[in-house]
Amino acid sequence: MNDSKTQNIKSNNFEKGVREFFIVIAGLWQFQLQFFKQVFIPPYEIEQIRKHMDELGIKTLPIVSVTGFIIGLVITMQMYPVMVKFGAAAYLPGSVGISIVRELAPVITALIFAGRVSSGIGAELGSMRVTEQIDAMEVTGVDSFKYLVVTRIFACTFILPILTIYVIFIAFLGSYLAVVLVQNMTYSYFIDSVVASVTFGDAVPGILKTFVFGFIVGIVGSYKGYTATNGTEGVGKAATTSVVVSSLMILIFDMVLVKATLWLWPTV
Amino acid sequence: MKNVVEINKVSKAFDSHVVLDKVSFSVQEGENMVVFGRSGTGKSVLLKCIVRLLEPDSGEIIIDGENVFDLNIKDLNKVRKNLGFLFQGAALYDSMSVRENLEFPLIRHFDYSPEIREAKIKSVLEQVSLEEAIDKMPSELSGGMKKRIGLARAIITEPALMLYDEPTTGLDPITSKEISSLILELQKSLKMTSIIVTHDLLCAEIIADRAIVLEEGIIRNEGSIAELTASSDPFLRNFFSHEIIEEHNRRNNV
Repeated sequence: MNDSKTQNIKSNNFEKGVREFFIVIAGLWQFQLQFFKQVFIPPYEIEQIRKHMDELGIKTLPIVSVTGFIIGLVITMQMYPVMVKFGAAAYLPGSVGISIVRELAPVITALIFAGRVSSGIGAELGSMRVTEQIDAMEVTGVDSFKYLVVTRIFACTFILPILTIYVIFIAFLGSYLAVVLVQNMTYSYFIDSVVASVTFGDAVPGILKTFVFGFIVGIVGSYKGYTATNGTEGVGKAATTSVVVSSLMILIFDMVLVKATLWLWPTV
Repeated sequence: MKNVVEINKVSKAFDSHVVLDKVSFSVQEGENMVVFGRSGTGKSVLLKCIVRLLEPDSGEIIIDGENVFDLNIKDLNKVRKNLGFLFQGAALYDSMSVRENLEFPLIRHFDYSPEIREAKIKSVLEQVSLEEAIDKMPSELSGGMKKRIGLARAIITEPALMLYDEPTTGLDPITSKEISSLILELQKSLKMTSIIVTHDLLCAEIIADRAIVLEEGIIRNEGSIAELTASSDPFLRNFFSHEIIEEHNRRNNV
């Protein structure tokens, strides 16, 4: 009796979860349609976009710097013994460079950005929604979607690629440190080896996909915050689910984009 | 006198719960109309329908001769520019200082020079007696101060129509009376038309020219505050006795 009750509850929870997932997907779809409808219509709120880019960039810079440096250092330390084993230690900078440029820097920067920014946008807009600040804006005749949402999505989309390029260089510094700890190599030789190995087909797709990741972070955070309900509980939920949904979507889209990249720029 | 707001047979339900059921009334130019009712009787929903923050299921709301539900967003915003709304929690923008909160509607809708904007901000702060709060953030203000700044932001564009959602809720009796008197003072000086949603009988006595009582989504009674409080209708006697007891409790901090 109790077993069947527990099973029923589990099945109801699963159904509820699936239903909520599809509601979020449908909501995000509508939300992005509204974004593309509004983004080309003036006023363009350039000042707000610039302000958000400043804030988001500064907010994320310290944590991506540390992460980028450690990633570069650790990946080099991990790869060094393997490369030595195969007698390919000279190829270490090139291999690390490709890994960082193609995958590690874009995805890890995007995931950190999602954790830091998506939750922040979700909480900020959610709090504005439940305290009627968004209503107050609407009542004064200001298009709150354009002023609050379009500007944030735009800022996220364009600041993430800049952060990623920065992280790539910081990761190279970390990687170089790991290299000089185990073998004698000048920084210029290290960079030359990286530049010789990393091609256009490695760098451009890696950077281009961060525009998509930035858009995902902006749209998910804005959607969850802008549609928040149920007071402070709703704000907390908006913040946490923003991170979960945007991180998951980044990984799913990464898979799709890697496949598309390999099709457009075959490596073999 | 012409009707500034006409509400014709407005109905609104949330799922199966009917909040407004064919509500109709009008507000004349310069009039202060109070909407009474117990919690959950649709007073705030009615205000939000007037500014089209909520869409009613049926009926029409006419402001200055235009049905707000027939307007496109551009024309709706033109109507909205000419009205002020004081929210229950004041709804000040958290990320902006008092100055920026007050400046926001001026920057968005008018081409005033920075000097004129500054003069308007100072003048409106003087009207609500909070000149010293100009550079404070909303988090540094008390509940009463927030209401005053919310009021200042609502009137800075000199709207023809003001809507107040529970302007004295959550305030002590003295601050509540001050806010009510301030609203009346501003009404007189700016010659605005107002709709005030409140539970507060004292506030209504100070401000109202006329009042309606909402109950279960319909207008149960209409008249001046004196007429309503003197009525022998058992519902009204019950309603106002509760309000008077609550008021008494509030005044004595019970």
